[in-house]
Amino acid sequence: MARKITYQQAINEALDQEMARDESVIIMGEDVVGGTGADGEMDAWGGVLGVTKGLWAKYGDRIMDTPISEAGFVGAAVGAATSGMRPVCELMFIDFMGVCFDQIFNQAAKFRYMFGGKARTPVVIRTMIGAGFRAAAQHSQCLYPMFTAVPGLKVVVPSSPYDVKGLLIQAIRDDDPVIFCEHKVLYTLEGEVPEESYTIPFGEANIVREGKDVTIVALGRMVHQAMSAAQALAKDGISCEVIDPRTTSPLDEETILESVEETGRVVVVDEANPRCSMATDIAALIAQKGFGDLEAPVELVTAPHTPVPFNGALEDLYIPNPAKIEAAVRKTVEYA
Amino acid sequence: MAAQLSVEDLLDAYRTMKTIREFEDRVHVEFAKGGIPGFVHLYAGEEASATGVGMQLREDDRIASNHRGHGHCIAKGVDVKGMMAEIYGKKTGTCHGKGGSMHIADLDTGMMGANGIVGGGPPLACGAALAHKLKKTGGLAVVFCGDGASNQGTTFEAMNLATVWQLPLVFVFENNGYAEATASRFSVACKDIAERAPGFGMPGRIVDGHDFFAVHEAFAEAAERARSGGGPSLIEHKLDRFFGHFEGDNQNYRPKDEVKRLRENACCIKRFAAAATSEHGISADQLAAIDAEVGALIDEAVAFAESSPDPAPEDLMTDVYIKY
Amino acid sequence: MSKDGIIAITMPKWGLSMQEGKVMEWLAEEGTELKPGDPVMDIETEKIANTFEALDAGVLRRKVAQPDDILPIGALLGVIAPADVDDAAIDAFITEFQASYVPPEPDEEEGDGGWAFVEAGGYRLRYAKMGDGTRHVVLVHGFGGDADRWAFTQEPLAAHATVWAFDLPGHGQSSKAVRDGSVAALAEVVVAFMDAVGIDSAELVGHSLGGAIALQTAIAHPDRVDALALIAPAGLGPDINGDYLSGFVACDSRKEMKKLLQELVADPELVNRALVADMLQFKRIDGVPEALATIAAGFHDGTRQTLDLRGGLAALGKPVKVIWGSADRIIPASHADGLAGADVTVLDGYGHLVQLEAVAEVNAILGA
Repeated sequence: MARKITYQQAINEALDQEMARDESVIIMGEDVVGGTGADGEMDAWGGVLGVTKGLWAKYGDRIMDTPISEAGFVGAAVGAATSGMRPVCELMFIDFMGVCFDQIFNQAAKFRYMFGGKARTPVVIRTMIGAGFRAAAQHSQCLYPMFTAVPGLKVVVPSSPYDVKGLLIQAIRDDDPVIFCEHKVLYTLEGEVPEESYTIPFGEANIVREGKDVTIVALGRMVHQAMSAAQALAKDGISCEVIDPRTTSPLDEETILESVEETGRVVVVDEANPRCSMATDIAALIAQKGFGDLEAPVELVTAPHTPVPFNGALEDLYIPNPAKIEAAVRKTVEYA
Repeated sequence: MAAQLSVEDLLDAYRTMKTIREFEDRVHVEFAKGGIPGFVHLYAGEEASATGVGMQLREDDRIASNHRGHGHCIAKGVDVKGMMAEIYGKKTGTCHGKGGSMHIADLDTGMMGANGIVGGGPPLACGAALAHKLKKTGGLAVVFCGDGASNQGTTFEAMNLATVWQLPLVFVFENNGYAEATASRFSVACKDIAERAPGFGMPGRIVDGHDFFAVHEAFAEAAERARSGGGPSLIEHKLDRFFGHFEGDNQNYRPKDEVKRLRENACCIKRFAAAATSEHGISADQLAAIDAEVGALIDEAVAFAESSPDPAPEDLMTDVYIKY
Repeated sequence: MSKDGIIAITMPKWGLSMQEGKVMEWLAEEGTELKPGDPVMDIETEKIANTFEALDAGVLRRKVAQPDDILPIGALLGVIAPADVDDAAIDAFITEFQASYVPPEPDEEEGDGGWAFVEAGGYRLRYAKMGDGTRHVVLVHGFGGDADRWAFTQEPLAAHATVWAFDLPGHGQSSKAVRDGSVAALAEVVVAFMDAVGIDSAELVGHSLGGAIALQTAIAHPDRVDALALIAPAGLGPDINGDYLSGFVACDSRKEMKKLLQELVADPELVNRALVADMLQFKRIDGVPEALATIAAGFHDGTRQTLDLRGGLAALGKPVKVIWGSADRIIPASHADGLAGADVTVLDGYGHLVQLEAVAEVNAILGA
């Protein structure tokens, strides 16, 4: 498996392979073709960051630009999903959930249950998350905890090119609605990705690094921050196990708890704001089901309870970084 | 227009309207007796709208409905006994007692769901119409909205998207004059909802929603346009509801006697029966036979609902996901 | 690098894809007199953990690398020198080594670090060629494996021969859709591979199912096969761990996979996270479970092997070596009992993946 491509290319490849495999797979979103109706090039953008570039030439009408009208087209994707299609709908930034959340959490998420098990809503909502682009408060958030809280939704937060391809193919083939959160800072990350189609099951955490002293649970971009911290700590003889849950709903509780059983010490890293976050959720899980294994309080490294600032220095302070993670690990190790 | 309607069609239309009316009148009574839990919004008075549209739909056509959805369900062919059991919250209900009045759905018959969110349906209907368009089925989607939903952003977004994508979709606005307790002459900024259609690049028509024949004719035109690739249309049915916004609504925002007057003078079923017997060669006996049939069906539905079991405790946890 | 009898111990390259290794544990102390083959340290690679054995004789004078260090190939791990070399000379040696050491560039230009693809028998097969001897050796991996199973075999053999390793159809990075998964059909793929890369005849080394395939190739095409080495081969008796086979085909979780892979080795510690992850990644590629099911059905019926090549082996009249681990839990070493026409070695205490567990012994038998 030596071919290396970027996270962004891996997303494109997953979409391409699934559209080729299954005619019911369609794509819709703002500028996913880019240029429809304008006098210049068709397929001019291929997504605001070029993720869907090249698909229009292959699949024509099956990839559709939309008006800037998230409630309208997210709802249309949901409706099409109940009508035999497998739409992959792009909500450009997760921050835009505010204008279309009803169609996601009151409609898509609840159909199966409200309709007595008789609905199938295989819709994927791809959306960018995360700070680090100097994109300020309304284009930088990590709002996956809000979706994770909704029964009926599955939520995916991939951290690597390999994972993003396998998880996206799984999301498209999955019969339940999936919120697929792509960290924009990871788009240029390269990694080994098989050329063939493959899937990664939801609810299976990845043990990114094995270790015996402290468990670090981290998601999305934070996996890489945690790995940097773990490498630095290894030099001082502190061995960290880094666990990437990969999906927040379903959550692989077992892998987290088993790791904590071995290490007794845990740091949860989450780029989301601290209240009602994955950090607090996982901390509560460990407090409830792994209390007897703990040798130190659970440490949380999260963004502060503030919006994402614009100023670069402030934004860098906002995002959890390896130094903060390292400090949290040392704190749990030094706890008497 | 009536030339397209056979006697058989007219008897079917009468049966549907009458079924809706009897269903709603009976739910009103049973609700008052305490047999039905939750929120119930009744469709009585608006039967010509659902029926004139519904009888022209193919099985694979899809409708998106709203909280006042019983009539749309019946007109699209959802099983009446299952509906009644659902309204009672029973295991044998259309949604196994987990949806209730506001969420009755039956995707197999093309009914995408009543909807507890005003304006929830229009974007969903765009999706159903898109599926028809991409699959080139010649099918269409209809979304029923009230005057309340006509003011929702989702509705405007759906109207815009439907034209942008040239979807086979018909927006049917059932303007009964009240959004909950607020009059539409206050809450709708223009005189008629249909005036909004040109702004979204589609034709709009105002139709007397008490007149089955007018409803039928207007929808025939919109459906033909949708099925032949001509894009979406808007139809505004001016009509009245005979009950409150929900059961338990004392309706003190309405003039005294308004409902009584409407039941006497603006009843779409009475109007239909008069036309059927005077102009279409249908006898009063034929209609009476249908009345009896419908009465028996509703009795049967209530008995079925009342005698059906509740969902089991373990049903609390089922059908959240297909696989988790 | 060596100088005045001072010898560098460096990170080995195990297999084509290895670019770095992680130091797990030193197995020798400073001051220990080492001879070739003595265990020096445990190293973990992306594929598997293994014990690195001394290549040279001398006293282990300095441990340079520390546990948990992740180092590129060729990086300095430690220093061996005669006892009479003074410490200052050792220090100078280390300083000079570190100053001149340049980690290898990950060779992306060459594409897949030595891997290539060839069309053969209607399949796209991934293969790697090492060495350039006149003698040709083709390595045939087993069920569910891939050419990486030869990570510790191919390079040592390549000192004496041109050594080819390829992924069977349905495996590794070769085509996944298997038309006919029978051993006879897969033997034809071996011949097609040899045709495609231009080998007239070769020694075949086969492991497990690959052993049966190699043997069948020799039976069906005696002119193409000079000699055989069969490692824990299928096809020589009825017994097989059917639970392993069906479990492997069905498995989609890390835990199950780890348990299954531990069946393959005597020392369960050899199965690390990366190996489990690799196997799961392979299993999750579209078409793989179906391909494996097809191939599994081609040589066993759920409980027993359906193929008996003992007679064919006896009649072959070619040099045949058979190697087995006595603790093999997949195909019992007892299948080597009374085998006519073969030179049998049973290595005590090793499991089914004996070529990974007993690297030095197996390579010595194979003539590396």
